[in-house]
Amino acid sequence: MPLALVIVLFIFFSTTSFAGDAFIRVPAGEFHSIIKYENSNEFTKIAAFELMKTPVSNAQFLLFLHNNPQWQRGRVANIFAEEGLYLSHWQDPLTPEPKAKLQQPVTQISWFAASAYCQSQGARLPTWIEWEYVAAANDQKRDARKDAAWREYILSWYAKPASSPLANIGSTTANVYGIQDLHGLIWEWVQDYSSLLVSDDNRNTVDADKIKFCGASALSIEDKENYPIMMRVAMLSALEAVNSTSSLGFRCARNLP
Amino acid sequence: MLKKLLISSLLLTNIAIAESPLPTNSILQIDNVFTTQNNSHITLASLRGNVHVVTMFYTSCQYVCPLIINSGFAIEDSLTPVEKKKLHFFLVSMDSANDTPDTLLSLAKKRNLDTSRWTLARTDAEGVRMLAALLGVRYRILADGSINHTSTLILLDSEGRVIAHTEKMGMQPDEEFLASIKNTLKTTNQTPSL
Repeated sequence: MPLALVIVLFIFFSTTSFAGDAFIRVPAGEFHSIIKYENSNEFTKIAAFELMKTPVSNAQFLLFLHNNPQWQRGRVANIFAEEGLYLSHWQDPLTPEPKAKLQQPVTQISWFAASAYCQSQGARLPTWIEWEYVAAANDQKRDARKDAAWREYILSWYAKPASSPLANIGSTTANVYGIQDLHGLIWEWVQDYSSLLVSDDNRNTVDADKIKFCGASALSIEDKENYPIMMRVAMLSALEAVNSTSSLGFRCARNLP
Repeated sequence: MLKKLLISSLLLTNIAIAESPLPTNSILQIDNVFTTQNNSHITLASLRGNVHVVTMFYTSCQYVCPLIINSGFAIEDSLTPVEKKKLHFFLVSMDSANDTPDTLLSLAKKRNLDTSRWTLARTDAEGVRMLAALLGVRYRILADGSINHTSTLILLDSEGRVIAHTEKMGMQPDEEFLASIKNTLKTTNQTPSL
């Protein structure tokens, strides 16, 4: 084989295998969310879309920062990413390692930074319902939410201390769509995190919530055994766009062409 | 030669002062475009120079939104005439699908708003998402186009920095919020309205 061809193939395979930027097509469906509002329908129609196979890695985010220096730590405006927290685990603004490994999911990023990254890729953050829809699957079926083993697996991840090191992207079993790491790795931003209207006080009357949310009661969780999803809702409903945490990352979604 | 140099350096200095960058924590630095009830296309940089109470609403909202405007009036009524002239209001619609300059103008007329200080505006879905994220407003758009949302009044200083906010709506202004408004107005030099 000519040397030039070998080199080209090597570069191609090494970059694609580490790039992790594959988008997977998710077919349309009718989905029963466990989030219920007084005024919501039972099923939501979800149009087909594309979702990244794995969350965005430090390596990918680093490339974005080279091309978009206004998002570098130290340069980005405080209203878009909190100083002292944004990418605080990186060695310096353009060096993740040694603490942050290149193939770990990027964390300590705000919703603004995540949105900007996705936009730069001609993509967007997934909506909550899109995320919940894809995350309902295991490696066997599209809706595994009633499956005790699926819940056990996810709950065992929640039980791990936050101090244990983050695994690399792509380290969990792909679900039936071919998508990985929706469980067992990080919390993930969604485009409409702020649409999860949660009552701030159990003692609020229905009327108090109706005033707070202008005509709606707060959401309720239909399946109170679905602890995995409840945790995600609790997490997202408590966040502001500028916040970041050490276990909160993201992946991008895309509309079909 | 020296005279030319002097003149051009003075000109450059003036330009530099006029376009000094916004402070890093000013929310006016986003570049989303907003359209007012007068069909003017602006970015939030236009708000610079005046103290604003900012909020989000939508015109066809029957429930709490009318109260938001009443809350604005209640604040005005608690100010001195001098303070009242200096305080501006900027209300942005969350209903990017249905609110237009016409619906905004119609509401401004219906509520008798002093449009020299009250500006209503609409933007696209992306702009709504961005502003709501910056202001901490949470909202959910329903299938029928109505919107469930939190109601907040946010006080911006003349450089667009968030100074205070309140979720208390009604005829009795939030005392602390009112105090912040008075304090911010006191420390601001008014610039001509746009």
